[in-house]
Amino acid sequence: MSVENDTPEIPSAQGSPPDKPVNGSKKDAGQILIEEFTPDRSAQPRRKRIFQTILVPFLAILTGLIIGGVFIVLTSEEFYTALQVSLWEGIKTAFSIVATTYGAWFNGAFGDWANLAAFFETGDKAYLVKFFYPFTEGLVTSIPYIFGGLSVALAFRAGMFNIGAEGQIFLGAIFAAYIGYAITGIPAILHIPLAFLAGALGGFLWGFIPGFLKARTGAHEVITTIMLNYIAFRLSDWLLNGPMQRPGSANPVSPSIMASAELPRFFDDPIRFHGGFILALAAAYLVYWFLWKTKWGFDFRAVGSNPHAARYAGMKVATVMTLSMALAGALAGMGGANEVMGINHNLASAFSSGYGFDSIAIALLGSNHPLGVVLAALLFGFMRSGATTMMVTTGIPIDIVSILQALILAFVAAPGIIRAIYRLKQPVSAEGITLAGSWGGK
Amino acid sequence: MATVLELRGITKRFPGVLANDAIDLTLEQGEIHALLGENGAGKTTLMNILYGLYQQDSGEIFVKGQPVTVHSSRDAIAAGVGMVHQHFMLVTVFTVTENVMLGDEDVHPGGVLNRKEAAAKIRHISEQFNLDVDPDAYVKDLPVGVQQRVEIIKLLYREADILILDEPSAVLTPQEIEGLFKIMRSLVERGKSIIFITHKLKEVLEIADRITVIRRGKVIGSTTPAEADQSQLAEMMVGRAVQLEVEKDACRPGKCVLQVENLVVLDDRQHVMVDDVSFEVVEGEVLGIAGVQGNGQTELVEALTGLRPPFEGKIRIDDQDVTRSSPRQITEQGVAHVPEDRQMDGLVLPFPVADNLMLNTYYLAPFTKGVVLQNNKILENANRLIQEFDIRTPGPMTNAGSLSGGNQQKVIVAREFSRPIKLLIASQPTRGLDVGSIEYIHGRIIEKRDQGTAILLVSTELDEIMALSDRIAVMFRGKIIDILPAEAATKEKVGLLMAGVIDVAA
Repeated sequence: MSVENDTPEIPSAQGSPPDKPVNGSKKDAGQILIEEFTPDRSAQPRRKRIFQTILVPFLAILTGLIIGGVFIVLTSEEFYTALQVSLWEGIKTAFSIVATTYGAWFNGAFGDWANLAAFFETGDKAYLVKFFYPFTEGLVTSIPYIFGGLSVALAFRAGMFNIGAEGQIFLGAIFAAYIGYAITGIPAILHIPLAFLAGALGGFLWGFIPGFLKARTGAHEVITTIMLNYIAFRLSDWLLNGPMQRPGSANPVSPSIMASAELPRFFDDPIRFHGGFILALAAAYLVYWFLWKTKWGFDFRAVGSNPHAARYAGMKVATVMTLSMALAGALAGMGGANEVMGINHNLASAFSSGYGFDSIAIALLGSNHPLGVVLAALLFGFMRSGATTMMVTTGIPIDIVSILQALILAFVAAPGIIRAIYRLKQPVSAEGITLAGSWGGK
Repeated sequence: MATVLELRGITKRFPGVLANDAIDLTLEQGEIHALLGENGAGKTTLMNILYGLYQQDSGEIFVKGQPVTVHSSRDAIAAGVGMVHQHFMLVTVFTVTENVMLGDEDVHPGGVLNRKEAAAKIRHISEQFNLDVDPDAYVKDLPVGVQQRVEIIKLLYREADILILDEPSAVLTPQEIEGLFKIMRSLVERGKSIIFITHKLKEVLEIADRITVIRRGKVIGSTTPAEADQSQLAEMMVGRAVQLEVEKDACRPGKCVLQVENLVVLDDRQHVMVDDVSFEVVEGEVLGIAGVQGNGQTELVEALTGLRPPFEGKIRIDDQDVTRSSPRQITEQGVAHVPEDRQMDGLVLPFPVADNLMLNTYYLAPFTKGVVLQNNKILENANRLIQEFDIRTPGPMTNAGSLSGGNQQKVIVAREFSRPIKLLIASQPTRGLDVGSIEYIHGRIIEKRDQGTAILLVSTELDEIMALSDRIAVMFRGKIIDILPAEAATKEKVGLLMAGVIDVAA
């Protein structure tokens, strides 16, 4: 909150001159998207606003990388050996370690240019595949993050804190897998949407429960979603060791889904890039459209920003709460369906490595806006996918990625730290929503 | 008398605005100097500079003849300047003593707080200035007026000689304001000096020794209560002649719009807050509900607007039973509601002004077509209302939260008054607003009345009730104890009724 409450008003309404387009009709979609992405939409020139919005996340990532580099150096034997020679030698080694590690990581995420060069030299297509493989893997990894991040962001816009994305992802995967293998003999054009929507339905139900409990009894959604996560994990364990276990298998894994339920892949193996990515982007646009372009979205955002005023304005606050959680669940459920239908082609226990939990972070990093969520999900996707290569080539443990993610998030969650480090001024207007808002249990 | 504080040429610029423009101000020892100005005139900015929350772009501050630089409130306190903010800075679960010690803890060796000594000092201060504050009481148990005195004690404890009181009366009841004025007098009698920031003319004339008026960041002039009257001060503040009295024609009552029968409403703790209340409001009249805050007015309005289901009784609007209707159904019946708490109920502060201007009709044409919001129409509507209701905002897409209080209220008034309505329920429509905005909103209410709208006005400001109402109902402990025609209602009589005294010889 800013202390200022007595700033002189700008004299008289400037309104908008009639000759200037006042709104969307003449602006392109990208511009409007950015308008809504940035907190206060008129106090400053647009370029400055965009700059301010991305400044903190950007600096958070930068700072995370710097501190992560310190960790890398400190955990490296090489550094200590060099330090025994001389301090200078130590510093030189430190820089070279960080450079090699991040280099390997970057190549792991975006492809090694050496492979591209080799392709041009030899004309061997295998090199080209090798070059593009890491990049497509990054995209593939980011898909569940996009769905999960959208889930958390949508709920958050309506004032609900969805910690249950992980459980909803499991339910989505269970439903999608079941429809995927149990229904046979229908064409892909039917089977894919059916299985995918079944996944959405699974998540929808799993999100509906905490939403309904909150609206009816006031049970805090943070508690109930966490509990429902555990139920979802155990439910999938039970199913995979019982009704859904692959016949003749001793492992907790479901039968493979029908080929007709597999999301199409666009390239030959090993490139796994598949249609789920397009679905994820479509979902992001749909969430954006829903929140900012429809009257329902207006309900959602009003309830999320000020439930009292929403009630005053005749909105059904309890309904919005329930529905927002259910829809958030549906989005997470699609993320689960995507993993089953696009990557694994079956349901195995612990198929999700905490996508739902990382999604909370992604929503936060993306300012709870679909565009931000997509960008943050891509960042996380590439960070994850590049890490394997990094480990193989440099021997730096893959866990360093978790440390980096944690650092970036800590900085995004506490922008004060970033502002203090880089001596940035507090933005003039108070930010739209704060994370703490949801904890009041309003 | 010696000059204890002098500000010379203070200028402060914010992006796009000149908040303070070469302001000069002097404060003599033992005087109450009122700083008068509309919301947004730059009073608070000036005081925040003096208190170290902002740095001036140019200009100098002298305390007792010495130039000082104030970088923080700590510097200000060290120079003997203390400030009581409009919103108290108290930890409510701490005792008075703990609150006063906070930030200036007196400790025994080993870090244990020396509460006893501090409490004794507080008791001494309290007696010396007739503050009547118990050092061991918990702040949460104290009424607002006493909490304010705790803030004053905090400053006296730190030996401040110059006290800045920022809108101290805004949160107080009339009785508490009287108490505050007594304390202010006893403070100056004992050699303290006070800067009193306000926009309330009556208070200024009652308490100030000297008055400086600020408008748009500039000092317009200085005067004394002896030389000036309310309308002169109002004119200086606003920059034009202000109608302090509401001009209105005789009431032309029509048919009954709102009919309330034996209404009983409970609050969240199941206490009876509205107790068997019956009344009617007819077309073209203003029924004012007077009463001290907390006598059931809030719950009554909530019941009438669908926000709180009544326990018993009937509410009819235009002969339709709306006793258990939802807020939306009641809105659709043609009822406008200006809520008591504009920031909590009336506006979504992080939303743009344009969205707030259609907050309860957003789902109807022309704002929504199918399910899609029509941004063109929303902006058209906003631009039109911003013009028509003179809402001072940089533009329709500015967040409502960044407007001043008066303009926030105008957003609500514009929204509620601009659609066809039969009944207007206005609760505290001018609370915390400056003269110009009050004049404007009163004018609009009377305009609506003259167009034949039935108006229920709920206010704790007796002046407001007297100025606007055609009939006055007085609420006391949940009951309407009397309804008087405006002609028969004198201030004394209504005042006594508000205190629950029924047997008054007229």
